[in-house]
This record gives sequence, C-alpha cells and structure tokens, in this order.
Amino acid sequence: MNDMTPIITTVKDWETDQEVRWCPGCGDYAILKAVQRTLPQLGADPKNTVFVSGIGCSSRFPYYMESYGFHTIHGRAPAVATGIKLANPDLDIWLVTGDGDGLSIGGNHLMHVLRRNVNMQIMLFNNEIYGLTKGQASPTSRIGTRAPSTPLGSVDRPANPCAFALGAGARFVARGFDVSKNLPDVLKAAHAHQGAAFIEIFQNCIVYNKDVFDDFAAPKGAEDRQLWLQDGEPMLFGSEKSGGVKGLRLNPETFSLEVVDVPGGDWRAAGVLVHNARNRTLAHMLVELPFGPFPMPLGVIYDDPAPTYEAAVIDEKRRASEGKEASLAKLLAKGQTWTVSGTAQDPV
Amino acid sequence: MATQVAEKAPDTRSPESIVVRFAGDSGDGMQLTGGQFTLSTALAGNDLATFPDFPAEIRAPQGTLFGVSAFQINFGSRQISTAGDAPDVLVAMNPAALKVNLAALKPGGLIIADSGEFTKRNLEKAKYESNPLEDGSLARWDLLAFDISALTIEAVKPFGLGNKDALRSKNMWTLGLALWMFDRSRQPIIDWLNGKFRTKPDIAAANIAALNAGHAYGETAELSGPLKQTPMPPVQSEPGLYRTITGAESVSLGLVAGAQLAELPLFFGGYPITPASAILHHLARLKEFGVTTFQAEDEIAAVCAAIGASYAGQLGVTSSSGPGIALKGEAMGLAIMVELPLVIVNSQRGGPSTGLPTKTEQSDLYQAVYGRNGDAPMPVIAARSPADAFEVAIEACRLAVQYMTPVMLLTDGYIANAAEPWKVPDPASYEPFPAHFLEEPNDGEALLPYKRDEKGARPWVKPGTPGLMHRVGGIEKHELTGNIDYSPDNHQKMTDARKAKIDRIAVPPQEVSFGDESGELAVVGWGSTYGPIRQAVRRWREKGKRVSHIHVRHIWPLPANLGELLSGFDRVLIPEMNTGQFKTVLRDQLLINADSLTKTSGQPFQIAELGEAIGKYFDDIEGNEGGEVPANNQQLPISESGHDDGSYPDAPFHGAGSALPDTGNPNKAVNQ
Repeated sequence: MNDMTPIITTVKDWETDQEVRWCPGCGDYAILKAVQRTLPQLGADPKNTVFVSGIGCSSRFPYYMESYGFHTIHGRAPAVATGIKLANPDLDIWLVTGDGDGLSIGGNHLMHVLRRNVNMQIMLFNNEIYGLTKGQASPTSRIGTRAPSTPLGSVDRPANPCAFALGAGARFVARGFDVSKNLPDVLKAAHAHQGAAFIEIFQNCIVYNKDVFDDFAAPKGAEDRQLWLQDGEPMLFGSEKSGGVKGLRLNPETFSLEVVDVPGGDWRAAGVLVHNARNRTLAHMLVELPFGPFPMPLGVIYDDPAPTYEAAVIDEKRRASEGKEASLAKLLAKGQTWTVSGTAQDPV
Repeated sequence: MATQVAEKAPDTRSPESIVVRFAGDSGDGMQLTGGQFTLSTALAGNDLATFPDFPAEIRAPQGTLFGVSAFQINFGSRQISTAGDAPDVLVAMNPAALKVNLAALKPGGLIIADSGEFTKRNLEKAKYESNPLEDGSLARWDLLAFDISALTIEAVKPFGLGNKDALRSKNMWTLGLALWMFDRSRQPIIDWLNGKFRTKPDIAAANIAALNAGHAYGETAELSGPLKQTPMPPVQSEPGLYRTITGAESVSLGLVAGAQLAELPLFFGGYPITPASAILHHLARLKEFGVTTFQAEDEIAAVCAAIGASYAGQLGVTSSSGPGIALKGEAMGLAIMVELPLVIVNSQRGGPSTGLPTKTEQSDLYQAVYGRNGDAPMPVIAARSPADAFEVAIEACRLAVQYMTPVMLLTDGYIANAAEPWKVPDPASYEPFPAHFLEEPNDGEALLPYKRDEKGARPWVKPGTPGLMHRVGGIEKHELTGNIDYSPDNHQKMTDARKAKIDRIAVPPQEVSFGDESGELAVVGWGSTYGPIRQAVRRWREKGKRVSHIHVRHIWPLPANLGELLSGFDRVLIPEMNTGQFKTVLRDQLLINADSLTKTSGQPFQIAELGEAIGKYFDDIEGNEGGEVPANNQQLPISESGHDDGSYPDAPFHGAGSALPDTGNPNKAVNQ
C-alpha cells in the first residue's frame, strides 16, 4: 500500500526479540535484513503490515518481523492472505513462501492468488530444495539433484517459478537473490505495484544445496552472468573489463532473443532491445531464457498493473447494496408468507 | 405478500394428513413442481414437510431408472414433522418413475400416471416386460392413467409451440391437477410463472394454460373414477407470520443473524459441493448485509480464507459436505491452534469418499468430533430440522466468538433440501453477543496474546491495532506470549488449556424433547432424525408406554446433565443414520449402555421403522411380538403408518424394517 501516510521507522523497529533460528550462513538472514532495511524506506507502518507465511524454513520469517504476523499451514498462505485482504484491504501484506510451499503443496493457491490479483507482495524463496525436512528434492530442483529422496539423482523436470507466475496471470514478476544489493530495489518496486507482485528470490541453502546459484550469483564474473533489467533501459550486461559489453536482441527470423556484442557501447547500433516492463510477450521470453547461453535476467521483469481483486469485490458489494435496505427482519420475512391468527394450540 | 388464513372448522371427512410423491425424469421438473405445490400448500395454511430425492446426475439419460427424480410432501391439518413414510398419492410421469417409487406407495393409494409416456421404448428402459398400466399388476392400488403428454400438447396448442417445447409444460399440467385435488389456489403459481417468464410472456401463458388445463381436467373427471377432491383444512399453529424455509436458506439466514448479533461482518469462503452449495448461493445474494462471499479454488482455500478473515476481525465461515470437510481438517487444526472464531457448516451426505452426493446420512459425527490431527477439540452442534438450523447457526456464531474457537455445525442433505413452515422470528428477540477486540496491552505495558479470560478464551487482536503487533501460528506457542515454544511443560499446559476451554463451554441443560424425565426407554437422537423419532415415540406414549424422546443439539461438549437425565431411564436407544457413531460417543462420555438403531440407505428413517424398534422394548404388550418380530419388506398397513398425523395405531407396528438388524434383538445383546 503506497497510499498510506509514511511512518518513520528504523531497521531496529522491525526486529523482534525472537532468536532467529535459521542455520548460520543461511541466505534467509540476508533476505530478512533486506526486508528490514526496505520497510523504513517505504514509510511502512508496523501496525498495518502483516507477514503471512506457510511452512518451511522461509515461513519462519514472520516471527522475526516486528509487525503483525501469521505463520499458517503448508502451502495455504495465499488463501489465508486473500481472506485477510478481503476483510481489511488497508493492511499491507507480505507473503513469504518457498519453492516447496509455494510450488508443490501450495501451487494451486499461488496460481489463484496471482490470477485474482490480490494486492500483496509475494516473496518466494527459491533454494531448490526442501530444507526444513532435511534436504529432499523440491519442484525447482534441477534434474539429477541427489537427495535423500532421490539418491540416484532426481529425474523430474523442475518448475520455473517466474514462468509459472506469468502463466497464472501475474501482473508483476521480478527476480532477485539473497545477498544482492539490488534486492531492496526489487522489493520497493513490488511494493509500489498495486496487485499481486511476485518476486522469486534465489536463496542459498548452505546445508542441503550449498552454492547452487553460484553460477550466476557468485560475485566473481557476476556482471557477465547477471542481466539486471531496468524499465526503459537497454538490456545490457558484461563490461569492457570482462568479456566485453553484450546485450539482448530480438532475432526476427527465429522470433527469439539472442546475445550480441556491443562494441564501443553503441547498443542502438547493435540492435539491443530496450526493456519494457509492460510487454508481456517480452516477459515470457525473458523468464524462459536458458541460463548458460544467456545471463540470468534479474530485477523487474514485468510490471503492468491491472485492477485488484479486493477492489472489484468491494465495488461489487457497493453496487449490490445500492438502494437496498439491510433489514434482517425484512429478510427473514421475505418471499411468500402467511399469517396465522387466533389462539395457539399446544404442540403435540 | 402475506395471505390471511381463514379459520375453518376442520372437515371431519378429511384425512388429517396426506403424503404425495411427484416422480419423473430428472429433466421433467419434478423438484420445481414439488416446490410450487409446497408453496401453495403452505399458503393454504397446512403444516408440511418435504423430501426432495434426486439423482446425482443433472440430466441422466431419459427414461432410465437411475434418472428418476422425486419430491415427496407430507401435509396436513395437524403438526407434521416428517415427509411421511409412504405416499398416499404417487404421480408417475413415466414407467421408470413408477417402478422406482411404487414400492413405497401405500396399498390402496392412488397412482396418477402419464400413459403417454408408457411407450414400448420407455417400458424397456424401465425394465418392464409388460405395461403395468394394462397388465393388472397395479391392482392393489387405485390407478388413474391418462395421456398427460397429449393433454398438455392440446392445452398449449394456441401458443404455437413445437411438441418438444409444449411437453415442457407437462409438469405444470400435473401441478394444476394436484392443486385441484387438494383445493389449492392457482393464483400464487400464476404469479410466480408471470414473474419467472417476465421476458417471455408466451412461455408464461403456455405454462398457465397447462396449469389451468390440469385443474379443469380434475373438475371434469371427478364424476367418474377414483379421482376425488380432498380438501385439507389449515393446521392450527401458533399465531404469527409464517413462510416455508429449507435448511440451506435457514443456515444462511442464521449466519447473517449470528454475525449481526456478534456485530461483525460475515465472511463466507466456500467451494461448490452437493448438498452444501446452496448456502454459498444464498449468501452471495446478501451483500447488503455486509456479507462477503468468496468462491475459493478449493475446500482448503475456502476454510483458509475464512480463517484469514477472522484473523483480520470478521466472522469467518466455511461450509461443505463430508469429503470437503475432510480436506479442511488441517486448517481447522490451525484455527484451534491460533484460537480464532470460525464456523464450519457440514451438510452431511452418504460417504465415505464421494459416496452418495445427493443422499442424506449422519456419518460425519466422528469426523466432526475426532477428525483432526493432534488433540484438537472443537464444539460440535447439530440442527434437527430446516427451521431449527436458523437457531443452531446463531448458536454456532455465539460459541465461535465468545470462546475464540472453530465450531462445527452439522446438518445433512435432508435438512439442506427439505422445506418446512417456519414462524418468522423477530431478530430483536435474540440476545446479542458482541465481539470484543483488544485495543490496549493486557499485561501492564505488554501484550500477552494468549492470556486467557475466565472462559479460557484468548483476546482477539486485529491487525491494524496500534502497539499490539504480535505473531501467531500453527506451531506450538508459549502459553502467554504466543512465541514459539516446544518445551514439554508448555505443550502440556497448552494442550490442557485448549481442552479445558472447550470442555467448560456453557452448554444449555438437556431437556426432554417429548415425554417424561424418566421411564423405561429414552430414545436419544441428534440431527434430522428428530421428526420420525418424535412421531414414533408419540405413538407408543399414546399406547401408555413410558418412552421419552431426547434430542441432543450440543454433540460436543455434551450438556452436563445428560448423563443424569439418561440415568432416569432403564434403557437408551440411539437411532442414527450411520453405523452407531453418537452411540459410541455417549457410551464413552457417559459410560452408559446405549443401544443402537442404524440406517445407512441414504433415506431418512421411517416412523414405522422406529416404532418397531421401540416396540421391541415393550414386548409384554398384547399383540406385540417384541424381539421376535422379523424384519420384513411388507407394505405398511394403510391405517397405521406413513403419516405422522398423530393417528394412534391400533395394531402393533409391522415393518418395512429392512434397515433393522435381523438378528433377533441386538438392542438387548449389546446391553449384556
């Protein structure tokens, strides 16, 4: 909710007295800090802020935020949050879920909260593993992931969270990762978006899936492997110091994106595309880019607001109530009635 | 539109009640015919009870046995509390409808059949080898067969409809005849048709013409044959304003009333399921009462959204039937753990699994009382009739809000669909139970979200309240702060506190529903068995037997005096539409020897079945063979059963007792 009077808070104001129980070195710490740093910058009000989570490591998040918090049940946080938002649309809801919680047991609810476009920020911590249950393969685990449940390596194809979100009708899709300095900016953009804002946050599980994102998240060579998207800016990555500046271009023959060199930084000459966060087709192409041949697209991939669900529900209720008297006595006596007069007979 | 019921002296020649069953193809509009006949009967001032009995298929293949849809109504000038055991009149729109429903018809009863539908093809579909209208096999009954199809086509000819469209008015023709038979006014139906087909005046006119033609047929046919006009004088009821109501409507209205009494907006999360969807449909039209309805993506989301709404300060309600309730189980545990108000309505149907979607059963009692992981106590209350569901829904809201707990409200398919007259209550006559939200810290400067009040309830703190930010969740929490706490002592304390809160709920003392406070036999029921138990008990009491009817609304926790009350009876019999679930609960909770009478055929109990079971306890009476009475499938003698008109049976009960155990007297066996 960006229509509230800004409240002055500090990072400290968002910390609870609870001992944080994640493993030392877990990416969740970095995300927690990023959120606690972002909320003061948003002018967020702790009393109107609600963190809602499901089950899993990520879902302990609400206990560490000095706001209202609801740690619900496995996969169902989107449904609980929808009820909260419908009951009180003024509340600013942050949903915290993971790859197992949000895409496996709760995939159905995630799909529907996105298609309905309930106004909230949805942070999906993707560590490509079940952490709290000790390391089984998750729906985002890569093929061949060796885990207690898949000792020979997993054989099922992983889900792509951002592609799922777009497919479900999301109007805001973004990506970040735990230790990225850009994560607060992504969170701010999500918060500014009116509607369901989906953020996939790659998160390092140092116990069961350590450094699985290092291929693009490691600091060394990051600029060649990360494409930070900015609305209205050319899609450039790399630098002269590394392998040279590169960009993404549309190949009209194959109708697909391709990587091109940008000699001398002249991206126009190289035909590099300018990111348009309202272009849904482009968003679909970006979330499907295979990492390796392409850099990892990060930042705000898609941001094109549409009317929110709760606004539609409120509006429908207002229209349905117009000119109608809410008299319970009249409601009870509705329809065909008849009157019995005279004396009562004892019931038999 | 209120109609004044004229007070007439009862016509002594009339029976005090009549049971009519309309049966046809599921596409024939029998439910609609029955519903409109019900309306005209209510407006004529009769007491009534109905039993819609329809297949799970929307449009089963035409003419088939499994596609038969029926609507039974029992109406009379006396109080009516069941839809009647056996029809006096069966209206059969095709051979399949006749075949499926004939067994229930009383000997000497009247069959009205549409001979136009008794074609070779339809007879084959109904697996008749010869035409029963012609082969003499219906000799035990009065038969009136005429070509309703042709008569309808003739009646609507002036409107230029094709045969197929014309035949759609067949049910109105039949309704017209039925209205004539019982001297009912056609005007409410005509008004209804004009309203329904406002934009299609030709269709309205054709239907009205069919209705009038059926009525006129009755008048002209009266002189010959078995068709007689049987007026039914109005029942003498308590003075007041009345309407008819189904259980689904009644629950919906009760929830709206309950939310108003709690001074809370109502949030209803639902997912389509038979026979519970009607509650969602009713509430979706009541937005001006502050009702939000949310058709969720599944049963789990429906209950979770309701929990979310309660968390945010509304009264969250969800509703389903057995399989859907099973899906909600984990979320109910969450509501128990975070101690938020929630009402869960279970319109029970035959189970397990998909079971019998459109048939009634009471087999979710274990699920309601015990069906969650962990020690997860929850109040369970049950409605006994469509009208009673209004009161019970209010009670569910009261318990949920006052004790910060989910509450399970049990109805069933019979209550949900059946209609009965309802004396419209005055909302001002109910004691409000306004919800209280904590606005200030409750422990000095601090908030203790789990600090309990004298009832054991924790405070309700809405997000948005300044200074009271806190966290709740399904994980075990500290007994005061609500912070995560798995320590052994704390879990023991919290388990005990959750149990004590429910155990200590102030449940109204159990009263005897009918009869004395002590005697030889207490027949203890719950839910929709109320009507047949009451009538069966009354018959035996009129024979001088010391039997009483005790009907329990509060299943969990039980009324504190129930054990003592039952100790005043030599024996306890518990009839229920399951394999003995409430019996198990009572034996466990009260350490009593309770006998069980069970039925799981998807059909409500008949008075005769219950009467026979009760009779076994009084085997010293003349003519009653007590435990030696074999269960049989003979038709009930016309004079003694099938009506709950209070007529005193002269002969002992015989039984269409196929649902009774056939092993001598098992009631006694279990008492050993």
